[in-house]
Amino acid sequence: MLSDLAWLPAPSADFRERLRALRAEAAQPGEAYYERVLTLATAALDENQLGQLARLAGSVAEGGAAPAQFGRVKLGVVGDGTLSLLAPVIAGSGLRHGLLVDVVEGAYGSAVQQAMDTSGPLHRAGLDMLLVASDVRALGLSRAADSLADAEARVAGALAQLKMVVDGFRPSVGAAILVQTVPPPIEPLFGSFDRVEPTSSYAMVTAFNARLAAWASEGQVVLLDIARLAETIGLERWDAPRHWHASKLPFAPEMAPVYGDVVARTVAALRGRAKKCLVLYLDNTLWGGVIGDDGVAGIQLGQGSAAGEAFLAIQQTALELRRRGVVLAVCSKNEEAAALLPFREHPEMVLKEDHIAVFQANWTDKAANLRAIAETLNIGIDALVFLDDNPAERAQVRRELPVVAVPELPDEPALYPRLLMAAGYFEAVAFTQDDRDRAAMYQANAARAAAVQASGDLDSYLASLDMVCTIRPVDAVSRPRVAQLINKSNQFNLTTRRYTEAQVEAAERDPDRHLAQIRLVDRFGDNGIICVLIGERRGDALEIDTWLMSCRVLGRRVQEAALDHLVRVARTAGARQLVGRYIPSPKNAMVAGHYASLGFAPAGEEPGGTTVWTLDLADYTSPELPMVIDDTAVGAPTPELQA
Amino acid sequence: MSSAEILNELREIMIDVFDVDDLEVTPATTAEDVEEWDSLSHVRLVVAVERKFKIKFKNSEIEALKSVGDLVNLIEAKTAA
Repeated sequence: MLSDLAWLPAPSADFRERLRALRAEAAQPGEAYYERVLTLATAALDENQLGQLARLAGSVAEGGAAPAQFGRVKLGVVGDGTLSLLAPVIAGSGLRHGLLVDVVEGAYGSAVQQAMDTSGPLHRAGLDMLLVASDVRALGLSRAADSLADAEARVAGALAQLKMVVDGFRPSVGAAILVQTVPPPIEPLFGSFDRVEPTSSYAMVTAFNARLAAWASEGQVVLLDIARLAETIGLERWDAPRHWHASKLPFAPEMAPVYGDVVARTVAALRGRAKKCLVLYLDNTLWGGVIGDDGVAGIQLGQGSAAGEAFLAIQQTALELRRRGVVLAVCSKNEEAAALLPFREHPEMVLKEDHIAVFQANWTDKAANLRAIAETLNIGIDALVFLDDNPAERAQVRRELPVVAVPELPDEPALYPRLLMAAGYFEAVAFTQDDRDRAAMYQANAARAAAVQASGDLDSYLASLDMVCTIRPVDAVSRPRVAQLINKSNQFNLTTRRYTEAQVEAAERDPDRHLAQIRLVDRFGDNGIICVLIGERRGDALEIDTWLMSCRVLGRRVQEAALDHLVRVARTAGARQLVGRYIPSPKNAMVAGHYASLGFAPAGEEPGGTTVWTLDLADYTSPELPMVIDDTAVGAPTPELQA
Repeated sequence: MSSAEILNELREIMIDVFDVDDLEVTPATTAEDVEEWDSLSHVRLVVAVERKFKIKFKNSEIEALKSVGDLVNLIEAKTAA
């Protein structure tokens, strides 16, 4: 089921004709091109169809007129065994996630050499990300060790080999390096005792994977859990010795599509394209039966019946997602009063009204309701996943809103959670306290939107929020969230420069650079870290390397508080002006006028459409802001200026 | 399924695997005759044939193949069994 990408609909019968039409337009994309590509790619395609899509992605990228919705990633792939089968599958799967992935493939079986050859093609390719696809056989873990010491040395050696590759490539990779866990061997040497005996291949692989996870938890590498994927599908189906012997394929070629999707979704998550909100249909999705016909007493939900328990499990899955920060919403064809009844009166409901950020129950069409949900939450419509039991409705939403993810579901509700979760819509590469609180924060935002509508006047509304803006340096505690924002923020991001946690840490120590993170608390709750600033001292100017903000605090005048902070920093450092850059990306058009609106003067353009802006500090006066500013991040004046 | 029918199915698969618009295939066709037919696409061809005809090949059988005709005969023998 999962190896067949069962959460995706079957490919359209005219796949080849549609592909041909899209290819013909690649250099001059026609109307709704992005949506048409997404629709074609959002299907359970085989490795050949994915390869055909990879060629399409290449033509679109080279055509030079790619629609702005596409993200672009240059991904290096190195590792053990034959990778040539995987590269096109990754690029093809990338389209499903809205990405034009340019895969740069390493030479066969020489990852270490290529890592050391710093003038080699992979180092010069300008990679955004790198995937190191390790194989158990090349790591020296596929045969039992001679002794306990030998087993320990082999696990440490395998890890050291991988680290050598990662460290060698690190300076040449812009954003993230992905490493893979290794599926355990199938053939037992002793039997169950393999797990007890540290010299067995099984025990060594287990130890290796555990150390890989510990390494990834430090934020230096991103873990791709291929061991878990292989176990989920079944190691017997995953492992194919005949293909290893014949062509050094690392696993059964039929598994390439699911592997490609897992790689692509992780790359998409790193690019901030993971989904943010799960929209739930109600009748026969959250409970069995139709509330309008069956009433609270008549619907199936809860202990006592197989169907009732299955629907309970779906609700528990949704609640678990909410606890990790996924926003929940409801979109239902019902009278609102009827739709709310189970939430208020059914004793077995796990989901309560409180858990739902936006509740759309009416007879308007679903596409309009989904748009309203995205708008209320101030997120893109492409951040929605829609769970609906009805195949015809699913197909219609897909047709009208190709950017909304709509998982296929089997007839058996007991399998809904498995399909929803296996699709990996909410893939994350880190988890912070802010993530935990995010669902509540979006919900508070929806409440604020309601409040501003009620008060009518923006200034009195802002004053009524009791905002406290806390500005602090970046430290070990805030660093993971800061790095996450740097790598995920797309819209309110002036330069879209991506830095790893390690690079952020290095910047903190650099005397010429200034890092600050801003939190905002108001009477509805803590918004968490909502702004990251990086300034760099250059001559008599403080240049703004990075200015990003969370869209959830738009219209709160926090950007003015951030500017005021930068001015204080610049003055303390003895600078005479601030220099800002706007580097256009497919997603940040909303901040094209950012510096102009803050009083900066245009100071020229750079290649690629970048605009440069300056603010003369002599002309700047601090504004009155409707918030309390608590700023301890300005730092001491630079010594040479104190004289 | 007759060998002519198998050959026709095989042609469809090869068009898909080699990602070409059209392809002329006879029993005498070999990898030499098709530009896109290299060792890697050969692996994909074998996998696609296995999936389509619901059969599995042994490495020794694949290594012994010299032409499309050999492949048709092998498929015929396997599907008849």
